[in-house]
Amino acid sequence: MEITWRDLMTVLHGMGFGALFMLAFTGAIIELYRMAVPGLPAIPNPRNQTLFRFYLIAMVVLAWLSVFSGAYVIYPWYRAAAPAGLTDLAAYPRNLLLSSPTTSGWHRLGMEWKEHVAWIAPIAMTMVAYVYAKYGPSLAKYRHLHRAVFYFTLAAFVATGIAGAFGAFLNKYAPIRGGETIQLMKGK
Amino acid sequence: MASTKQTASTELPNGPGAAALLAAGIGCATMGVFTLLAEASKGINTLFSFYAPTGALSGVSTLAIVVWLVAWFALHRAWAVREVAMARVSIAAFVLLLIGFALTFPPFMELLLGK
Repeated sequence: MEITWRDLMTVLHGMGFGALFMLAFTGAIIELYRMAVPGLPAIPNPRNQTLFRFYLIAMVVLAWLSVFSGAYVIYPWYRAAAPAGLTDLAAYPRNLLLSSPTTSGWHRLGMEWKEHVAWIAPIAMTMVAYVYAKYGPSLAKYRHLHRAVFYFTLAAFVATGIAGAFGAFLNKYAPIRGGETIQLMKGK
Repeated sequence: MASTKQTASTELPNGPGAAALLAAGIGCATMGVFTLLAEASKGINTLFSFYAPTGALSGVSTLAIVVWLVAWFALHRAWAVREVAMARVSIAAFVLLLIGFALTFPPFMELLLGK
């Protein structure tokens, strides 16, 4: 069982950082919504407050790792220009997608949107984590601020969804392969 | 942006939260505006290529982060101990967030650039 270095880094970017960040939205959205629902205990115990602070900080770290690994590790492999005259474009995903009208949209819409909209998520979630760290569960008392924080979290979720979905599709049509081969397990 | 009386109560003022929120909106909108500029002009695109393998995305994202953090710092200094009109700040932040989404959406960019 083998994997190439670029495959490994792509999995780390997409699954290790991106998908984990995406999954974490469920907890953040539910907790931010729950804290302002009438009838539910607005003030969780101090342990849960601390836990939620760390939860949001972990989301922020994952968000920044996702965009930085995407922009500075994966994207250069994706956009590397193929030498003139090369017919096998498998190692040059951007050129491969643009070489056919049936796939060029994956670059022109998918990658072009994904590479920029993704940055909205870490900016928004850093704000959300800061505001919760500052106000804690009493954030629910600041009605407008709480609502804004909640909707920015939803916006970050949408931005991450766009980036993640296009990332998955792009990796289907033009996977980033190559680099050193790492042997994970010997076959029988 | 409305605001601005100094808070005297023991409750935390909403200013620091408002500063973080508005700055996030500014950061998102800046990301969109710089993306549009890089798309509109070859010269700006080259100027934004801080790291050649990543191309203009490196400059667009770096500068958006710088603008966001500077805006946050400045707004925080101005509003740290103040109560601000949160409803207006929220609306401004959402408009800026929408600008960020719209200007990073390729078909909308192409429409604006007449492509």
